[in-house]
Amino acid sequence: MVENRRWLDILTHAVLILGIAIVALPIWITFVAASHDALRMTQTPLPLLPGGHFWRNFIDTLLGSGLSGTEIAPVWRMLLNSLVMALMIATGKIAISIISAFAIVYFRFPFRMGFFWMIFITLMLPVEVRILPTFEVVADLGMLNSYWGLTVPLIASATATFMFRQVFLTIPDEMLESARVDGAGPLRFFWDILVPLSRTNIAALFVILFIYGWNQYLWPLLITTDTSMTTIVISIKQMLEAAEQTPEWNIIMMTALLAMLPPIIVVITMQRLFVKGLTETEK
Amino acid sequence: MASITLENLTKSYGETEVLHHVDGHIEDGEFIVVVGPSGCGKSTLLRMIAGLETITSGVVRIGERVVNNLEPAQRDIAMVFQNYALYPHMSVRENMAYGLKIRRLPKSEIDRRVREAAEILEIGDYLDRKPRQLSGGQRQRVAMGRAIVRDPQVFLFDEPLSNLDAKLRVQMRLEIRKLQRRLGVTSIFVTHDQVEAMTLGDRLMVLNAGYVEQFGTPIELYSRPASLFVAGFIGSPAMNFLPAQAEGGRLRLEGGATLACDTASRGPVTLGIRPEHLVADPDGPIVLRVDVLEQLGANTLVHGTLAGTRTELTASLDGVRQIATGDEIAFTAAGEALHIFDRDSGKRLEG
Repeated sequence: MVENRRWLDILTHAVLILGIAIVALPIWITFVAASHDALRMTQTPLPLLPGGHFWRNFIDTLLGSGLSGTEIAPVWRMLLNSLVMALMIATGKIAISIISAFAIVYFRFPFRMGFFWMIFITLMLPVEVRILPTFEVVADLGMLNSYWGLTVPLIASATATFMFRQVFLTIPDEMLESARVDGAGPLRFFWDILVPLSRTNIAALFVILFIYGWNQYLWPLLITTDTSMTTIVISIKQMLEAAEQTPEWNIIMMTALLAMLPPIIVVITMQRLFVKGLTETEK
Repeated sequence: MASITLENLTKSYGETEVLHHVDGHIEDGEFIVVVGPSGCGKSTLLRMIAGLETITSGVVRIGERVVNNLEPAQRDIAMVFQNYALYPHMSVRENMAYGLKIRRLPKSEIDRRVREAAEILEIGDYLDRKPRQLSGGQRQRVAMGRAIVRDPQVFLFDEPLSNLDAKLRVQMRLEIRKLQRRLGVTSIFVTHDQVEAMTLGDRLMVLNAGYVEQFGTPIELYSRPASLFVAGFIGSPAMNFLPAQAEGGRLRLEGGATLACDTASRGPVTLGIRPEHLVADPDGPIVLRVDVLEQLGANTLVHGTLAGTRTELTASLDGVRQIATGDEIAFTAAGEALHIFDRDSGKRLEG
């Protein structure tokens, strides 16, 4: 709708600003809480303007043990754990699903569609449904409290396979034929043609999967008992439950801020590719 | 350089046979055009020679070598695709060099060949651009360049001009012909456009519904079409077909008029006469009742019916003419301009 009326412009801007304010308010409060000392955070009314302890809290949270008097690992360690987990999940999912999609689209083998539908059916079996058997398997393999245990059960992905299949189906057959005439074998075709052509889709998927991995809660909660392996999302929860103490809101909020940072960085840096990957259809 | 031999070539998808017993020998350096309506199997034939489709039965030989079970890359061919199939993420230079890189040619050799091909095709200025930054004609050249750098025994063209506008098509057509002459590479060119076929080919293979209707030079096809299909397909405007009775030495048309003709056959036939071979003659036996005129400047196409019947008839007259609808014009035609076909089989009858 293209209209050019002044009062309509003002109204739309007002609505948008109000919306942003509502969405941004919790983040603002988190930021404010992270910039006061512990004492101020126990007093009422809660502050609405930032205090002067931001960098102090920042250093304490990131490098110190975080919450005083607990055995929780320092926050940088949890950030690292989360980062490794999210990266492993995102790259692992992309690697496995792009290969399966390649097999399903470009090779004629018996029961091809059968395999495709089997992969598809796993959509109905997320970790939450198969949690006990999966835990059993991971425990038997001795992968508790390890990065492998954190990521491997989450890596298989029907959605990503399906998405890559759709991407490959849009690539014209002539591209494959042209590569065959040029003498490229299947692997060369995969690396030289398919991967570069699905670059934007890989980026879009990476953003989504990184955030998916970063936000994992239930599975890491089960699989990690060693505090040096906990992820940041879990540790925020644990900080709230620190036994017989008033929660140190400034530290907790600083941790929350830090936990928000990597997904934001990923989204901002890959924004252009992300949008292209989801909208671009021309190959 | 090599000749190509097709022996009893057949293609089936499951039970349906789409290409039936194609035979043909293509000389070294010859330019062959495979022409036919869409769905006649011409692209399938080309792709079987290229190795992109399996061969159900029969033999394809390039040079002395049977290539039935070789991968496309091993057949020493190069193919130009209808939509060019350039790799969109590679520059023009990389597109052309890709096949050579896979063959592990030394870098200096690749550079030399790319430079040479770029010079021949005059695309040196945009070697570093991506295909999407090029116009249709430029992409077409790059696709040809990719074929040239491989220095193959055979060029295969799969309707490469059909995505270009009319003017560019004529220009590229000439360029392809010149290029092929210059390089002397055996070429097979698939198209559905009969003008393209007539102007490009040393010889034409006319395919219809998976059968080879005729395989010969353009002039052979024009002057002695082997069947009704070829007669109707080659030549523009299309040949007129009139039902007639052969009576040994003459033909009786629908209206009762007779034409002298040195045919020995008797019985129902189809008479074919090209519009440009109808000669106005006040005493002529073929009378045309005019419906529509098409003024083309150099000549005038007169569309109408054979007087007294509903059989459509077109004549081509020189220059600009003014003729009223409903007028009747009488024509005659020389004996060698009459093509007589069997009414049932559509095959040419001698004469």
